[in-house]
Amino acid sequence: MTTKAFQKIYTKISQITKATCSLKATGVGYDELAIIDGRLAQVVKISGDEVTLQVFQGTNGIPTDAEVVFMGKAPSLKVSEQLSGRFFNAYGNPIDGGPEIEGREVEIGGPSVNPVRRKQPSELIATGIAGIDLNNTLVSGQKIPFFADPDQPFNQVMATVALRAKADKIILGGMGMTNDDYLYFKNVFSNAGALDRIICFMNTTEDPAVERLLIPDMSLTAAEYFAVEKNEKVLVLLSDMTSYADALAIVSNRMDQIPSKDSMPGSLYSDLAKIYEKAVQFPSGGSITIIAVTTLSGGDITHAVPDNTGYITEGQLFLRRDSDIGKVIVDPFRSLSRLKQLVNGKKTRKDHPQVMNAAVRLYSDAANAKTKLENGFDLTDYDERTLNFAKDYSNQLLAIDVNLDTTEMLDVAWKLFATYFQPEEVNIKAELVENYWPKA
Amino acid sequence: MATKGIVSGVIANMVTLKVDGPVAQNEICFIETGGDKLMAEVIKVVGDNVYVQVFESTRGLMVGATAEFTEHMLEVTLGPGMLSHNYDGLQNDLDKMTGVFLKRGEYTYPLDNDRLWHFIPLAKVGDQVKASDWLGEVEENFQKLKIMTPFQLEGTYTIKSIVAEGDYRIIDTVAVLENAKGEQLEVNMIQKWPVKLAMTNYQEKPRPFKLLETGVRSIDTLNPIVEGGTGFIPGPFGTGKTVLQHAISKQAEADIVIIAACGERANEVVEIFTEFPELDDPHTGRKLMERTIIIANTSNMPVAAREASVYTAMSIAEYYRSMGLRVLLMADSTSRWAQALREMSNRMEELPGPDAFPMDISSIIANFYGRAGYVVLNNGQPGSITFIGTVSPAGGNLKEPVTENTKKVARCFYALEQERADKKRYPAINPIDSYSKYIEYPEFDEYISKQINGEWLEKVNELKTRLLRGKEISEQINILGDDGVPVDYHVTFWKAELIDFIILQQDAFDEIDAVTPIVRQEAIVNRVIDICHSDFEFETFQQVIDFFKKIINICKQMNYSEFESEKYRKYEEELDKLISERKKA
Repeated sequence: MTTKAFQKIYTKISQITKATCSLKATGVGYDELAIIDGRLAQVVKISGDEVTLQVFQGTNGIPTDAEVVFMGKAPSLKVSEQLSGRFFNAYGNPIDGGPEIEGREVEIGGPSVNPVRRKQPSELIATGIAGIDLNNTLVSGQKIPFFADPDQPFNQVMATVALRAKADKIILGGMGMTNDDYLYFKNVFSNAGALDRIICFMNTTEDPAVERLLIPDMSLTAAEYFAVEKNEKVLVLLSDMTSYADALAIVSNRMDQIPSKDSMPGSLYSDLAKIYEKAVQFPSGGSITIIAVTTLSGGDITHAVPDNTGYITEGQLFLRRDSDIGKVIVDPFRSLSRLKQLVNGKKTRKDHPQVMNAAVRLYSDAANAKTKLENGFDLTDYDERTLNFAKDYSNQLLAIDVNLDTTEMLDVAWKLFATYFQPEEVNIKAELVENYWPKA
Repeated sequence: MATKGIVSGVIANMVTLKVDGPVAQNEICFIETGGDKLMAEVIKVVGDNVYVQVFESTRGLMVGATAEFTEHMLEVTLGPGMLSHNYDGLQNDLDKMTGVFLKRGEYTYPLDNDRLWHFIPLAKVGDQVKASDWLGEVEENFQKLKIMTPFQLEGTYTIKSIVAEGDYRIIDTVAVLENAKGEQLEVNMIQKWPVKLAMTNYQEKPRPFKLLETGVRSIDTLNPIVEGGTGFIPGPFGTGKTVLQHAISKQAEADIVIIAACGERANEVVEIFTEFPELDDPHTGRKLMERTIIIANTSNMPVAAREASVYTAMSIAEYYRSMGLRVLLMADSTSRWAQALREMSNRMEELPGPDAFPMDISSIIANFYGRAGYVVLNNGQPGSITFIGTVSPAGGNLKEPVTENTKKVARCFYALEQERADKKRYPAINPIDSYSKYIEYPEFDEYISKQINGEWLEKVNELKTRLLRGKEISEQINILGDDGVPVDYHVTFWKAELIDFIILQQDAFDEIDAVTPIVRQEAIVNRVIDICHSDFEFETFQQVIDFFKKIINICKQMNYSEFESEKYRKYEEELDKLISERKKA
């Protein structure tokens, strides 16, 4: 980025911390960008003529007489069709060796959609994975994270979902992603011939942590361009939001803010909501769907990041290794898609909601039977049957390697019910049982 | 001359101003930046430095920008024409805003000055009136709304003149009042009220006693809420807070329903926008939207306006209560409101209380809940605000400041439980931890004895005892095994399961099961209690399980069938047959 003529250059920095610099300056706007010693920084506090800047790359080696130039604008992205198929860093500069983007310059982190101008999401996103489509159906315009431990294959599942989702554009925002995972995504998308639909903003573990703060806003600004102006269905993948929150905590700590739970800033809820609430269905047909990853430490969902996320997003997906079948499954107890009732039984067959609930209830009975078994008690005949059911259900429906359409999933579920149970044990409305219970 | 200020500092949405004259705490000012006027509220004054919280994004705001004070606090503008409208937290009409995105500094008028209302006078020339007395009546969406004397009126006035029945705009003068000193006052249909002050325009606030029917069995039957009562619903995410709140706001027997979506998901508000205009009010047969007002400050809208939104909603509720209406106010979620307070307190560098919340959080919550209630107005008419708030406890842990402080003031507690939600036992209200204090009120006992029957409360108590007993036994069975306890224990356990499946669990997405009128609840309770009182013949625990599973299945089918329909009768017969086969002679 070049400096414009006649811009005032400041050369006297009064305070430097690990992430911020302060100096005396006038005529500076809140949120404005500055270049300090060639690095990008943003105004985070103004007090009289003292301005505090957050330096994205960190302040290593910045001297007190460094040149500071204010740019008179908030962080922005140039948007146009040229974004498609390109890879960028956190500032929106190409990292794929290609040319700079030409287009209209838009400030990132723009205003919210007026709630009365939204449309209720109602389009099913089919992923073929029954643990998602059957139990936790996704809907376009939804926002949903994977809650997963770092060792779980969430990036693989996310890539599968993205490719099967039939989105017009897939925008990948990587925050603190390992270089290996970045290359994995690049390969999968390129092998699937989907590269021209991909736009990627990447901050890997090798890049400075504070730069990550720009990634979600960059990704969503690009998403809004395609959803609003081109009426496209855009899928945004954000991985990993816990790294994003860590960067927030670093900055707030450097600014001497009083931390709330788990050393996270008190504004964590609002900060995360601003990102996730960009998910939207527009009446014109364009939509933004967000699938994110929130990594957990040891499966603890009471930590501030997953906890606040859970209150913002429309459900969450949990992955778990099922030792009975030796595969990773989508956990039916802890996963939830809050928008599923907008499509279940409406866009899918009408027995969908009841079949889904009945299967989960029986699976829960199996979990109880398992506890009994572990405690050394005799199992009843019913217990034995639920255990066998649970194994088949896990293998044929919950496992992440399943690829069926929703009608097939429902048929499989009915078949399993009939194999192990009597209709009255399944607790489903009589008329549905009459229609769908497999006849011997 | 209004006081002016100059911006001297900015941290996110907290701005410091140097002022040249007097300012009041909570006074509103407008800061000018780049052609936009940003609304802000005074939150702290130190000498001529004034701290304000800006209700909008402060991007680009510079030191030296000017601000103008308005000499009033944050106010709502009240009058006919608010029903079925969608407002933001500062009462801007969202539908009047242009464009897909919210524009900074765009404020829209909440009422319609051109619309004509058919005014019928209720008072006559020469009448003595005080503040909030009824002057006349207009009709909106088939509700009779009162036109009142100004709420701020001091002392007694005499009606000098009042217009005849006819069509008027809200800005037209409908009456002229005069006080003892001969000062005259022209009154139109518009009222203004500062949102942070409670309206106390009533004679007395007696203990509430009238059941507020919600159609949700685990509330109405087990832990009822009353007209003018207060309740709260804490629960970890994913336990069905919002579904339950929507169910209550759809079904409750209220004249006006106000929904304050406070820092929650935009799609949940969209759900109301989309569904309520289609749904029928079960009590009047009119569309639900006609009695509903939505205050939407979704989680991505500015944080300071979130704090204002609950007060805006409460002031609007008080306005309708002054007309003698029954208002239901739902706030989802009060935790987000408390978090907005925390963010501000943090920026002001106040010493933090527990979990970094401001120290006065308990009194703020108590004062807010205190504004709800059943009142007798000055003219002897009753009016009520029933308030139900949700709480989103961090990590699902109920031992956090917002939950604990709310528990001190709300009279009904509906604890949503992760374990029940995991088992898909919805609504996931824990039947043992939840309570309603109203059930202990002798006033309520007297009322419900007349409305339902004299044995009602006794039966409800029995249900609760059985649920508790069932839980104890299930723990014993878990420790000792199915064979380790007598068959009788299994019977007691399954009777509790019957109560759980048939009374507590309710399918909010099933057309029939979603709403259970109180007559039907009475029938269900009587049937379940009858079964609980019956002695059955069993040899093994397996027989117990099989038998009760069948009973539960039939009772469930009954819940799904139209009340007393042919299908319902058929299941009833089937059930009676099954029971009589097993019953001890």
